[in-house]
Amino acid sequence: MARVIVDVMLKPEILDPQGQAIARALPRLGFSGVSEVRQGKRFEIELDGPADEAAVSDVRKMAETLLANTVIEDYSVRIEG
Amino acid sequence: MSAARVGIVTFPGTLDDQDAARAVRLVGAQAVPLWHADHDLKGVDAVFLPGGFSYGDYLRCGAISRFAPLMQELVPAARAGLPVLGTCNGFQILCEAHLLPGALTRNASLHYVCRDQRVRIEQTGTPWTGSFSPGQEIVLPVKHGEGRYVASAETLAALESAGQVVVRYLDGNPNGSMNDIAGIRNEAGNVVGLMPHPEHAVEELVGAPSTDGLGFFASILKKLVNA
Repeated sequence: MARVIVDVMLKPEILDPQGQAIARALPRLGFSGVSEVRQGKRFEIELDGPADEAAVSDVRKMAETLLANTVIEDYSVRIEG
Repeated sequence: MSAARVGIVTFPGTLDDQDAARAVRLVGAQAVPLWHADHDLKGVDAVFLPGGFSYGDYLRCGAISRFAPLMQELVPAARAGLPVLGTCNGFQILCEAHLLPGALTRNASLHYVCRDQRVRIEQTGTPWTGSFSPGQEIVLPVKHGEGRYVASAETLAALESAGQVVVRYLDGNPNGSMNDIAGIRNEAGNVVGLMPHPEHAVEELVGAPSTDGLGFFASILKKLVNA
């Protein structure tokens, strides 16, 4: 059993109005010193077996085909240790 | 009576399929229901992908629909030249399926926008816009929360130079779309997607802002009958 994490973020050049709304809300709550917020998605993929090379390669394919739309989003894959 | 058969796809969560079918019948074509779970296009001459919230818009709008059994048939057929029109969620599905470039993202305002929208028909060379005159200005309803068209700078430049922007917003961009883009076509021209709803602007009786939407349905009928 292993867990692989996929993080998906809008590409830097794509406007993120949700992140902007969060950034605007923070000062109202008393948080200062934040210059920007960008919002993304985190997927926790539980594997039946170990996170070996083949399994991680499969997760990468999942990210590429479904979890992220690579036209507008970047993704990163890591094994949770 | 025309034998032109236009397929209307229904996914779980599709809303506008009945209006689309009615619009198809109003211009004298035959509306053929297509079900998302079937591997069957029923030999239709063209396909309309209606709006709604297919598969609950889970993950991203259109992301799950793209893998529906029907789409496994539709994608190769569209690549082979079958005329396909997607409106709203249908446009989002066409982008997720990579039949059209770019993507549709959360409205810049973060508000769901529902209003009558003036748009300009920029291209009349597609099977879905041939009945309009070039540059014709029409009014169609828009109703969406995720209609902001985005694409890379290179893609955007290629779309503009190849005349692939089919519909453009006038009098105020409702969602922050790049270059005021409301609708585009693929390189071949047979696949068109737009955020506004032609199928909601076909009859005055229901309070539609215009009957301008009929032009899209008249266009495909004319194209199929003359083919």
